[in-house]
Amino acid sequence: MSEQQTYEFRDPHDLAPGDEEEVRLGQRLLGYLIGLGLSILLTATSFFVAGTDLVWQPSIPVALTVLAIAQMGVHLVFFLHITTGPDNTNNVMALAFGLLIVFLVIGGSIWIMSHLNQNMMPMDQIMRMQ
Amino acid sequence: MTDTALYSAHGDPHHLRGLYDSTLGHGGPAPKRIVTGYGFWIFLLSDIVMFSCFFASYAVLFRQTAGGPSGAQLFDLKNVAAETAFLLLSSFTCGLASIAADMRNARWYQAAMAVTCVLGLCFLALELREFSDLIARGAGPTRSAFLSAFFTLVGCHGLHVSAGILWLLTMMAQVLAKGFRADILRRLLCFALFWHALDIIWVAIFSIVYLLGSGA
Repeated sequence: MSEQQTYEFRDPHDLAPGDEEEVRLGQRLLGYLIGLGLSILLTATSFFVAGTDLVWQPSIPVALTVLAIAQMGVHLVFFLHITTGPDNTNNVMALAFGLLIVFLVIGGSIWIMSHLNQNMMPMDQIMRMQ
Repeated sequence: MTDTALYSAHGDPHHLRGLYDSTLGHGGPAPKRIVTGYGFWIFLLSDIVMFSCFFASYAVLFRQTAGGPSGAQLFDLKNVAAETAFLLLSSFTCGLASIAADMRNARWYQAAMAVTCVLGLCFLALELREFSDLIARGAGPTRSAFLSAFFTLVGCHGLHVSAGILWLLTMMAQVLAKGFRADILRRLLCFALFWHALDIIWVAIFSIVYLLGSGA
């Protein structure tokens, strides 16, 4: 089987990550434009929220985290074309596993290290014992 | 079972699997484009897991400035906004290059890739200027645990962008020399995934490192 044939044959049940179901030029272009527009909006909001006094200050870290996660979602859907469609199941499952590990690593590290930090003797007392 | 063995042995020369392919996973091996793309997707996820370790160490070491400057004193958010704009636009033009490649339009493809390359280089130039500025002000990676973690995390992303630009130039040359062959298109698929994934990691960096860091 020649290479060209392999490419032309599109599996109805499976889609490579990054590939789109949509093949029409205008629709694909529109998808990237929507992704770009949403990203610019979310980025601008992030920078605005970080620098403003209009927002209740303790809410800023949460707002920035939510905006960042939303923008990552926008990138995944509009740029990497990872969707919830049935032909994308394998890609989404791999992503879910990756996210599980990411949350375990980051959440676990912060959790454990903050407990260690609280239970550790203050530095000046350690110095005095030596 | 026999169907699977039969069709995988000969690579399905007549596309017979389309006739039998009524359920998922019973049609023999998937097309090469899907296998390659999926394998690269797994690699990208492991790369993101690696970045998550750097993020975790940054989060843990964030306050350990050893009497040195903190993020709020060092970060220049205008510079970060410009870097973000360059990388986001380069991600968009990379998408345009993928469309042009699927349309088999070499001129648009090369133009979009060239713009992507220029935007990526602008990002790198800004980042290098920021790093050299920090080091010149005595806030290099050896100053404190916070700065070590900062330079490791952001520098690792910068290294990925540098590697991506080299890959980008290679892909421009490959299309120029060999045209839109199926294997070249598979590499292009992987490159586009890589470039978009770098932008996702940058979103996490500018939100967590720069915006949160400059506020705290």
